[in-house]
Amino acid sequence: MTAKSGGVERVLEQHQFAQRDKLIPILQQVQESEGYISKEAVLKVSRHLGVPASKIYGVATFYNQFRFSPIGRNNIVVCRGTACHVKGSAALLKALEDMLGIKAGETTADGLFSIEVVACMGACGLAPVISVNGECHAAMTPEKASHLLDQIRAEEKQHAQ
Amino acid sequence: MNITVNGKQVQAQEGETILSALRREGFKVPTLCHISDMLPSGSCRLCVVEVEGSPNLVPSCSFQAAEGMKILTASRRVIQARRTILELLLASHPDDCLYCGKQPSCELSELAREYGVRRTGYPKAERRAEPDASSPSITRDPNKCILCGKCVRVCEEVQGVACIDYIRRGSDARIGCAFEGAMGQSSCVNCGQCINICPTGALSETSSLDAVLQALGDPSKHVVVQHAPAVSVSIAEELGLPQGQDVSGLLHAALRRMGFKAVFDTSFSADLTIMEEASELAHRIQNGGALPMFTSCSPGWIKFVETFHPEFIPNLSSCKSPQQMLGALIKSYYAPRKKLDPASVVSVSIMPCTAKKFEAVRPELARNGVPDIDLVLTTRELASLIRTFGLDLAKLQPEDADLPFGERSSAGKIFGASGGVMEAALRTAHHLLTGKELPSLKVEKVRGLQGVKEAQIKIGQLEVSVAAVSGLGNARALLEQIRNGRKTLHFVEVMTCPGGCINGGGQPFAADKTAVQERMKTLYAIDSADEVRTSHSNKAVKELYRSFLGKPLGEKSHSLLHTKYSARKTADRI
Repeated sequence: MTAKSGGVERVLEQHQFAQRDKLIPILQQVQESEGYISKEAVLKVSRHLGVPASKIYGVATFYNQFRFSPIGRNNIVVCRGTACHVKGSAALLKALEDMLGIKAGETTADGLFSIEVVACMGACGLAPVISVNGECHAAMTPEKASHLLDQIRAEEKQHAQ
Repeated sequence: MNITVNGKQVQAQEGETILSALRREGFKVPTLCHISDMLPSGSCRLCVVEVEGSPNLVPSCSFQAAEGMKILTASRRVIQARRTILELLLASHPDDCLYCGKQPSCELSELAREYGVRRTGYPKAERRAEPDASSPSITRDPNKCILCGKCVRVCEEVQGVACIDYIRRGSDARIGCAFEGAMGQSSCVNCGQCINICPTGALSETSSLDAVLQALGDPSKHVVVQHAPAVSVSIAEELGLPQGQDVSGLLHAALRRMGFKAVFDTSFSADLTIMEEASELAHRIQNGGALPMFTSCSPGWIKFVETFHPEFIPNLSSCKSPQQMLGALIKSYYAPRKKLDPASVVSVSIMPCTAKKFEAVRPELARNGVPDIDLVLTTRELASLIRTFGLDLAKLQPEDADLPFGERSSAGKIFGASGGVMEAALRTAHHLLTGKELPSLKVEKVRGLQGVKEAQIKIGQLEVSVAAVSGLGNARALLEQIRNGRKTLHFVEVMTCPGGCINGGGQPFAADKTAVQERMKTLYAIDSADEVRTSHSNKAVKELYRSFLGKPLGEKSHSLLHTKYSARKTADRI
């Protein structure tokens, strides 16, 4: 667990007398503060609200917005809006998943990459579009994506030395 | 209120659902997700009916009847809709019905038969997930789950445990523990009420049948068996005898024919439990011990306290359950007297309960690493074993259980019903504290199927305040009252399952409320007809104290018949 310690506690402090109706706002704030919903966070929220962990996990997995592993150092956001879909974003997403060995919402074991899916980035003219750490990459193809991953890996290596 | 059903005018009550009116009036409407006396969930849609003026079919379980409503329960459209639902369910359900332990009580296959579904027109979309066999009590096969949600509701709304819930959504939805963790590591208390309510074979007891068969076939093993008070009044209908009939004599005969070397009655050790527990209660009252004292026979309740309310551990009676008391005696009294190596004795118990399987493997209940109880079968597994051996109970002659653990009072027998332990304990506590018998041995106020029963009983100068609760949701509410300052109670009996062991999680499938009532009636009929109605007048118990145990709460009793509890960590709680 790489969660920053104390984040969940700080969120819960703001919800001192909260009841179960505050569950989703609390989960959102925990994710905002920690980057994801850890097991530990679920258990702490469970104790705080008196709601069983099974219920919290059920609610959190119901919504796409919650993730259960920390975001990678390079968060790849894949647009699955209409224009991007028409231009082949499904195949692009599949290629990225295969190349990284993870599914959307997950993070690689080395913590280098994570994939996130969004409905539309509003950059339809650049379709299919992805963004990495906020920087957009237009008219992507599986080949270009593969090249991009190599480039990021190389930069990371250089950075590490 | 008048409504018309299939052209026939019938009465409906204000505020009731269409389903409730239809069922009362004798119209058959299928459901897979409905639980009577609980709010409808409306998830299975099998109960749809046609209501004149409504463009869509209406789920009758969650729709109120209204004056003048015209309803069709078996129109072509209704039947087609139900068939489609069944076909869709079957398309994602395994076809291994031949091997499924739920047969012949599977509600899904019964409906498929009733609606003439011989094949599914949809491509097979079976899930292939590993069954979760991490719990010694309950095994979950997610592939057979139809997501009706009944287990989730019973676990939360009846038992107040909520260790399972829906996970994810849509076609990805499933039921499981938090973090999709193993049931054996969760806060599940092993009660098995989810098994009884499951319409398919998704939930079952973790079976010990093969192990029992193997032990019976092994000449180097001396296999003995005990059966719990509730078992003999719950198995008759399963074997073609009248519902609620007490078959204890026939059971003894059947068990001997299977090759069990000795057949004991757990009601004997229930009497022993009462001797210890009543003494403990008297001791606590006289010496300012933790009150109220809670009974400790129900292993689901014990795990519940350890997991959710460890602050009440000092209030739990330190008595082992009757199963474990007899287990301890079999290995440390019976075996040496028979000149048997305790390691060669296989001690089997037959329980109406799945949590007993968990209790048997609790490490603190083993001696030198050898458990006192080796294998636990549920009532259902016993019925299966009787069939395997080809025994017809109706053709056997009743036999007595083996001595010394075969002699019981009827006080030990009524342990099977909620309130029974309380009644038995009061009879003996009264005798212990005053030297006289209770003026009336029958304690009416703690009898019956209500979830919470309370009574005040005068014992000498002392007004003793007692409660018998069943269903852990009710127990939790009572704990809440005590936490909020309720100080008047002396003694509380808690049974995990609603109604007590007669409605346990290991009991035959398809038992409805009437079946449970019949079982209860039989237990109290046995009690009113019995000559020995108090645990302290059980001759075999007295003799055991004289020759072996010493006195209740004495040194020997303490080491053999009492135990300790500790706060429990589970993967889904901090």
